[in-house]
Amino acid sequence: MSAEDPLVVAEGKVLPPYAQGLGIAIDHHDSHGMPVLGVDFSDRIQGRPGFLHGGALSGLMEMAAIAAVQTVLAARGDVVRIKPVNVSVEFLRGGTQQRTYAVGRVTRAGRRLVVVGAEAWQDDPEKPIASALMNVMISPA
Amino acid sequence: MNRDLPPGADQGEARQPIPAGLAFDPARVTKMLTRYGHGGWLGMRYHGHGEDWVELALPWREELVGVAATGVLASGPIISLMDNATSLSVWTRRGTFTPQVTVDLRVDYVRAAVPGRTVIGRGECYKLTRNIAFVRGVAYDQHLEDPVAHVVGTFMTLDGAAAG
Repeated sequence: MSAEDPLVVAEGKVLPPYAQGLGIAIDHHDSHGMPVLGVDFSDRIQGRPGFLHGGALSGLMEMAAIAAVQTVLAARGDVVRIKPVNVSVEFLRGGTQQRTYAVGRVTRAGRRLVVVGAEAWQDDPEKPIASALMNVMISPA
Repeated sequence: MNRDLPPGADQGEARQPIPAGLAFDPARVTKMLTRYGHGGWLGMRYHGHGEDWVELALPWREELVGVAATGVLASGPIISLMDNATSLSVWTRRGTFTPQVTVDLRVDYVRAAVPGRTVIGRGECYKLTRNIAFVRGVAYDQHLEDPVAHVVGTFMTLDGAAAG
């Protein structure tokens, strides 16, 4: 049995199969240098008819959060393995049939534990459709 | 395996909302809900239910993997599995379908799922009020007592009057 990271996304690396399958990719970097992930609406991420599935949205935010952690740790010269401990997601608005974005924000990067938030939005970044807070463990790669 | 529907195909029956007020049958509804959309792409299936719980199965497949080198499932499919299983448990406990939205969901990743194993998501609605349903659940790949993930969450009904 493997206890490897269940989730990895990194700039310059190939996105995990799950992300590729859903059409998730790095869209651009924001003013803080954090990767903003984007995904087009499709049947594959639809929940109730016409709306984004909460689980797919959570998956997108988790990947944005992990990407932010990797960006911050790479900046301080750390190459690490990342293992999600938990995630808490708030669904704020129904996601409709349009492109969705998500970006992570590292709240605190310790030596072993990193606290990272993420937000997802569609046409207006000021109106997030969901937010997430994650704890991840890091260890030297 | 490609579960994508071509645009405009087979969306008639599957896209119609579940009729409100009918006796709720989780097996039948899961079949409808997994014919298209995210649940269909993930390949979720009905696994079992009781008065206030529903189990869905998520067979392992390469496209759902989070780390290509290890074959460990990504966490996204686990959240989706638990979102759906807990959601179905609310309607099962209520006995009827009432439109609802997920308010929040917290997932503890207790351990990595073993590559190749089907993950079972068991969602339970432990308290139902007029507007809010409180849920909890576990995802496991062999024994209920040895979960890969543990969740708690809440749903809000979109039609409080109908929930009475």
